[in-house]
Amino acid sequence: MTRTIRVASGQGFWGDSLDAPRQQVEGGPVDYLMLDYLAEVTMSILQKQKERDPAMGYARDFIGAIESVLPAIVDRGVKVIANAGGVNPVACATALLSAITKAGHGGKVRIGVVTGDDLLPRIDELIAAGHELKHMETGAPLSTVRSRVLSANAYIGSTPIVEALQQGAQIVVTGRSTDTALTMAPLRHEFGWAADSWNQLAAGIVAGHILECGAQSSGGNCLHDWRTIPDLASVGYPIAEVESDGSFVITKHPYTGGRVSVPGVTEQLVYEMGDPHAYITPDVIADFTSIRLAHDGQNRVRVHGITGGPSTPFLKVSIAYRAGYKAVGSLVYSWPDAMEKAQLADRILRERLWRLGLTFDQVLSEFVGANATHGHLAGDGHLAPEVQFRIGVRGEDRASVERFTREIAPLVLNGPPSVTGFAGGRPKVEEVIAYWPALIDKRVVTTQVEVVS
Amino acid sequence: MSSDMVKVRLLDIAHTRSGDKGDMANCGVIALWPEWYPVLVRELTTERVAAHFGDLISGTVDRFELPNLHALNFLLHGALDGGGTLSLKTDAQGKVVSTAMLRLVLTVPFEEANALGMPYHREG
Repeated sequence: MTRTIRVASGQGFWGDSLDAPRQQVEGGPVDYLMLDYLAEVTMSILQKQKERDPAMGYARDFIGAIESVLPAIVDRGVKVIANAGGVNPVACATALLSAITKAGHGGKVRIGVVTGDDLLPRIDELIAAGHELKHMETGAPLSTVRSRVLSANAYIGSTPIVEALQQGAQIVVTGRSTDTALTMAPLRHEFGWAADSWNQLAAGIVAGHILECGAQSSGGNCLHDWRTIPDLASVGYPIAEVESDGSFVITKHPYTGGRVSVPGVTEQLVYEMGDPHAYITPDVIADFTSIRLAHDGQNRVRVHGITGGPSTPFLKVSIAYRAGYKAVGSLVYSWPDAMEKAQLADRILRERLWRLGLTFDQVLSEFVGANATHGHLAGDGHLAPEVQFRIGVRGEDRASVERFTREIAPLVLNGPPSVTGFAGGRPKVEEVIAYWPALIDKRVVTTQVEVVS
Repeated sequence: MSSDMVKVRLLDIAHTRSGDKGDMANCGVIALWPEWYPVLVRELTTERVAAHFGDLISGTVDRFELPNLHALNFLLHGALDGGGTLSLKTDAQGKVVSTAMLRLVLTVPFEEANALGMPYHREG
């Protein structure tokens, strides 16, 4: 009989459902729970937190998630793979151990910690050795923003997670491993796929891509037939049932809401896709034009036929750097002539900013309810019954951005009429931590695995 | 318009999902029925999509074909006002570029739309 490994997705980003991890381990049999906490923006948020407190910098929700699934880990041997370590996997594992001990399971759970993705301590040495870490879109070398760099992490693949599992880890915590590695690693560990079994590895990546955004592949944020998707209030998160040849079925637990369908899985496949012929990961390049999908019963989609090839000699590096300050504020204008009033408010505010001598790298005005997301495609908004005037500025000078935040509220009394919706008060000034994607020679990144209990 | 041509709304023949990569938005366009996919391949060109979005994007448009999923994947460069945390936009991550795409209207021969069972309109 063919062996099937069930990998359940319990988190699509930091901020996703707090209950999903527990529901995934309690709703039916699963072997692995994968929890993806990191997006491009998340690393910079975590870096800010680590700056304030060196014991922070990881996804704190993860501790609660593990507490909620501890019985499944201890009694049924469910294993958990998570990139919750963020920019501080060691601190994450320490907090986890203390929570496990507090819950009365001290010494019973082995935790694997994967490190080595953090390149910040080595950044000058790397630049000096000729690694320019050029911005992947602009081509500018990192040296142009070096003094403002806050964090630099290589996207690492599944290999160190597989090592941790081989050493008996029941929970594996990583920093900036790729989202797909969290699903790939247990499959490689269970099936023993060789490092050059390209088609199987590519299948693992596709399974990972389908699981990495949580319920977005099981009915959440699904445009296709959205009105008929049942009971999203109790949406079931996706599960991949994988066989050793790499073919798999995407499904969800019985008696849950949402829907697993061919169109829904297709939407997730094209999400954040670049060139579909070459979905590049540290382990393999997967060819998304090879994927075959088939309906396989209610809430079951069979995925097969996937091919892949050797990866590149590079790893992607996620770098965060300080890029000034921003603030966004808004006011709501009502019928009649809501759009005209909002546009007048915009002109007045910009005139005042100019008279104050404030200059910014960017000023953006949007008219929410009229055309904020679709621009000219949405028409001119003159019939909108209400319009939110939303204006943001970004610049290097904090004081200028601060001054901007004081210029919005006065419009309530000294600007166009029929204005409301300012109860939130003055907007907050935020520091902008920007993202700098780069490539680095794979050989200079070495990962470490430690298993503790 | 020629009398044997009709208007077909992308909204009626496809579904979409979009996301971000830096300052670039991607938008997958999936035919609602596989037999409609060749019409998308023929009509939904990079030029057509670039003209549709106009000044909403500052860069070029790339297109990739996925006949296995009866889908096209578009890359819209310079769509996100800098992208990520730099962007001041409501849709800084390009999540609803997908629905902006669906506002596009194609012009298709009546015979073809009729034979394929596509919803169509006589007037734009």
